[in-house]
Amino acid sequence: MGFWEVTLSLLDGLKYTCLIFALTLVLALPLGLVISFGSMSKFKPLAYVIKTFVWIIRGVPLMLQVIIFFYVPGFIFGTPILSRFASVIAAFVINYACYFSEIYRGGIESIPRGQYEAGQVLGMTKSQVFFKVVLMQVVKRILAPMSNEVITLVKDTALARVIMIVEVIQAAQNFAGYGLMWPLFYTAVFYLAFVGLLTLLFGFFEKKLDYYKI
Amino acid sequence: MAIFEAKNIKKSFGKTEVLKNVSFEIEQGEVLCILGSSGSGKTTLLRCINFLEIPDNGHFILNDKLLFDASENVTRTDEEIRQNRLHFGLVFQQFNLFPQYNVLENVTLAPTLLKKGTPEEIDRNARNIIESVGLSDRIEHYPCQLSGGQQQRVAIARALALKPDILCFDEPTSALDPELTGEVLKVIKELKTKNTTMIVVTHEIEFAKEVADKVIFMADGVIVESGTAEEVIVNPKNERTQAFLSRFNTM
Repeated sequence: MGFWEVTLSLLDGLKYTCLIFALTLVLALPLGLVISFGSMSKFKPLAYVIKTFVWIIRGVPLMLQVIIFFYVPGFIFGTPILSRFASVIAAFVINYACYFSEIYRGGIESIPRGQYEAGQVLGMTKSQVFFKVVLMQVVKRILAPMSNEVITLVKDTALARVIMIVEVIQAAQNFAGYGLMWPLFYTAVFYLAFVGLLTLLFGFFEKKLDYYKI
Repeated sequence: MAIFEAKNIKKSFGKTEVLKNVSFEIEQGEVLCILGSSGSGKTTLLRCINFLEIPDNGHFILNDKLLFDASENVTRTDEEIRQNRLHFGLVFQQFNLFPQYNVLENVTLAPTLLKKGTPEEIDRNARNIIESVGLSDRIEHYPCQLSGGQQQRVAIARALALKPDILCFDEPTSALDPELTGEVLKVIKELKTKNTTMIVVTHEIEFAKEVADKVIFMADGVIVESGTAEEVIVNPKNERTQAFLSRFNTM
């Protein structure tokens, strides 16, 4: 087994790592906003239901959630409903949406009332106040905690291997079967490169938003 | 004929009655100054006029039209209240400019969202107003780059851009360093010369004396005394007004 052969194989696994990462972000970012609105709802029963839901999702290990999404529908309906990959995406999206929702909520609640009132007295509708006045300020406030979550997500993708998705670590693990251990350690390079790229990207966004202070 | 009339306004928060039956009127082009110690209800009154608080009782009449009546639910829908707000402008004590927008964008944002003209008209109008508050050279600055006095002048420009019938000020200079209050008060005085109808909650007694056509003194949620600046500030009859003003005179 040569270096290039291993690298190509790990890159094959990286495809899944990237796919899980990207799909989770694209779906969980908006879903998190919806959940945060739910948990801030003035209609108390809804807020309680959502808060309980967030507690359960954040309280159970993500690895277990992946397993539950893949196996439990099978127990109930006799056949698996979701493919391996779809189960992973469903579990990741819901899990990350809950974490994001709490970050959003913190950001939204940190915007002073005066900003809402200034928009209101200028005759803006509630949605105009939120999207044109508040949202950009929230984005600035939550950028640092969000970058933390997003970086964690990169490494959480490795959990997909519990239901035999061949992402980077599982790809390396397959070599261990032939007695090759070094590919496993080699995967760290891929993660480091991935996270390094994201760190640069978030740094760029932070600089972009540097022109104003809240 | 009064351009605006507030009648029997009452407002409570929980068990605390903040406004107890307040009535007043204001004529076109008049400046009404509201004085009173903190907790007297003057800010709440201003917030009621701008529908940031909804009065529990009473009604507002603007230009002979019933704008709001606490007992009629049709005048209390979200959309109705949003439309009503457009008749009034409010300048806050803490400015509340939008930090992510520059001076010009702060002034054009609401007119653009509410489609108050073509983009060119809105832009031209905004630039004129910004010039009138003396900030033409700061048009692309962000609020964090401006002094408090400049920020407050932008806030005034932002409120003026929607051409409100009545412009309200909630202690517009209270958050400013003493040397910056002058520039804001000067803008308000200039607005008076342009026949702008204004309601000003203020602690600047000298300013009120100079600019007010009518002065209201409030205490404990009621209007204790009202009249011309001469009557209320120079020759107050009520002892609470006298006590309040004497504290300022000794300072």
